[in-house]
Amino acid sequence: MSLLELKNLHVSVDGNEILKGIDLTVNPGEVHAIMGPNGSGKSTLASVLAGREEYEITAGEIRYADQDLLELDAETRAREGLFLAFQYPVEIPGVSNTYFLRTAFNAIRSHRGEEEIDAMDFLTLVRERMKLVKLDESMLKRPINAGFSGGEKKRNEIFHLAVLEPRLAILDETDSGLDIDALKIVADGVNSMRDPERSFVLITHYQRLLNYIVPDFVHVLIDGRIARSGDRELALQLEDRGYEWLEVEPAQAAGA
Amino acid sequence: MTESTVTADQGAFATALGAIAGTPAPALLQDLRLRGRESFATLGLPSRRQEEWRFTRLKGIEEEIFEAPNAVTPRIDVTPWRVSDARLMVFVDGIFAPDISDIGDLPDGLVVSNLVLGATSGSEAVTRHLGSLAPLAEHPFAALNTALIADGAFIHVPARMELDRPIQVVFVSGSEDRTTLSAPRILIVAEAGSRATVVEHHLGNGGASLSCPVTEIVIGEKAALNHVVVQEEDLSAHHLGVRQMQLAADSRYSAQSISLGGALARTDIGVVLDGERAEASLDGLYLGDGSQQANTHLTVRHASPNCNSHQLYKGILGGRAKAVFNGRIIVDQDAQKTDAKQSNRNLLLSEDAVVNSNPQLEIFADDVRCTHGSTIGRLDEDALFYLRSRGIGRAEAIQLLTLAFAGEILERIPVEELRERLEKTVALRLAAISESKERE
Repeated sequence: MSLLELKNLHVSVDGNEILKGIDLTVNPGEVHAIMGPNGSGKSTLASVLAGREEYEITAGEIRYADQDLLELDAETRAREGLFLAFQYPVEIPGVSNTYFLRTAFNAIRSHRGEEEIDAMDFLTLVRERMKLVKLDESMLKRPINAGFSGGEKKRNEIFHLAVLEPRLAILDETDSGLDIDALKIVADGVNSMRDPERSFVLITHYQRLLNYIVPDFVHVLIDGRIARSGDRELALQLEDRGYEWLEVEPAQAAGA
Repeated sequence: MTESTVTADQGAFATALGAIAGTPAPALLQDLRLRGRESFATLGLPSRRQEEWRFTRLKGIEEEIFEAPNAVTPRIDVTPWRVSDARLMVFVDGIFAPDISDIGDLPDGLVVSNLVLGATSGSEAVTRHLGSLAPLAEHPFAALNTALIADGAFIHVPARMELDRPIQVVFVSGSEDRTTLSAPRILIVAEAGSRATVVEHHLGNGGASLSCPVTEIVIGEKAALNHVVVQEEDLSAHHLGVRQMQLAADSRYSAQSISLGGALARTDIGVVLDGERAEASLDGLYLGDGSQQANTHLTVRHASPNCNSHQLYKGILGGRAKAVFNGRIIVDQDAQKTDAKQSNRNLLLSEDAVVNSNPQLEIFADDVRCTHGSTIGRLDEDALFYLRSRGIGRAEAIQLLTLAFAGEILERIPVEELRERLEKTVALRLAAISESKERE
């Protein structure tokens, strides 16, 4: 059974239609890359999946783990194992990274009917997971993302992912703004989390990330529609040819 | 003769004023009472036509008849809020309660006592400074306090003495069955080169009481004083306080004022930087819910060159709460190289909460650096979504964010035990505010 299924998803913001009929199926263990030019609706898709409320779903449906995802609020989605790594992680002064993460971790556990973890056991877990993304121990005590560099913020997102162990992780342009070393660290972190029961949706503008995290499927989003789906080869083609050739072709295909 | 000075305007206080006039006190306090009484008769209760009182609704006070405090002090359990290593003085409705105080053995020269004792023993510090700073002639509630002065706390730290243990002065005001008026009073004289931490703690004992505390602090050259003020009176109480500080050269005054209780809680704070290189850091946090009013009127006067003053006041308001922050920085003509910074930040958790934030600069020197700013905002929706998207429920996320907002002030409280307790108290209050918000 699929983990995530989007059927004919239409989404508007302030009356402007951004997503114009998306169909997508993600099975357990699969890694899907969604690529596309700026403004094609990639981040809207990520936000809608995570449960941001300012979007209007005008048609279609989203099934997640045999539930109607659109019926769940953001926190319930997270507790059901959906995770969004933000394109722009939010700085929250005054809330320590660890305290926040433990609160989230325990919220997820109690949702599953499991006992809350105590501070010491959690610290052990956290110390182990932070090695995956080579985070410095000082980042645990610091307020969430406050004063973190761009690269540190993205690594922190993957660190959260590694601690919370979601079933479906959506990475919204996690590669943007990273130098090659940071990109490798992030990719290694993600690769170490790959699992037959865990799925990933990588949203990215550039093919570069896919050199390090090899996807099973690549989808090209243009103007709110999936213009083409394929395997990794499609991403390589995009690197050579850009997005323009796809902006024309689907229209021709439809006309044929 | 004293009876004749009671005017109609003093109606609400006539009973209390009459009762206090007859009680014995050292001559110094008797004189002060008389001055306070005359001044209060002249000033009367403030009207909202006066700029400084425009946003303070005194209706709740004008319509009450306040009585003098109970003659018998009720039994009060001090354990929940006492700082374990502090020298403790407890006052019930302004009257010293030695039975539940715990001052301990004092090193030579240090005075931690009640004012009556200080005045009777002829302490020069009391004679010189008591009533010398509070704006008796201008502020109606400084005048009222002085008219009612019966006792108070007196702390005298001798030159170069550094105190490790904090001094905690607790004022318990109010009564379940009567509407009382109390006039807590503190005089702190920190001599040159001394170091001390004083916790001024206002607690309620029920009812719609009025407490009008006055604190006067004189800080000598190179002395450092930390002053934590916690106001957690009952939500039905009225609190109208005045604090006035005077700083000599190279001295340092840091204050953290936490205002949680009171139907109406207003404090007028004045600091005069009266010697070169003096430094004042004034930080505060006020919380309001329901129909609470929390007002802070702050005046920092730079009277000497090369002084610094920093202020950060934060407010969190829900329900129909109203807050006022009036921050005035005055830089005298010869106070060159002044560095003054003032910031007031407010978080509104409901549609009906209101803040009036009025930063004012009055600068008469030309080589100064003064900045001020105020913000009034709502919770950051992006931050809220970020927390929720990790699995934290909405109500808990709101609590986390508001507590973090408050934390920036609470973390500056140097008395760890008190800070930890306040973090819990504030967390509970914030949970109540955000829950009442969720019910809307």
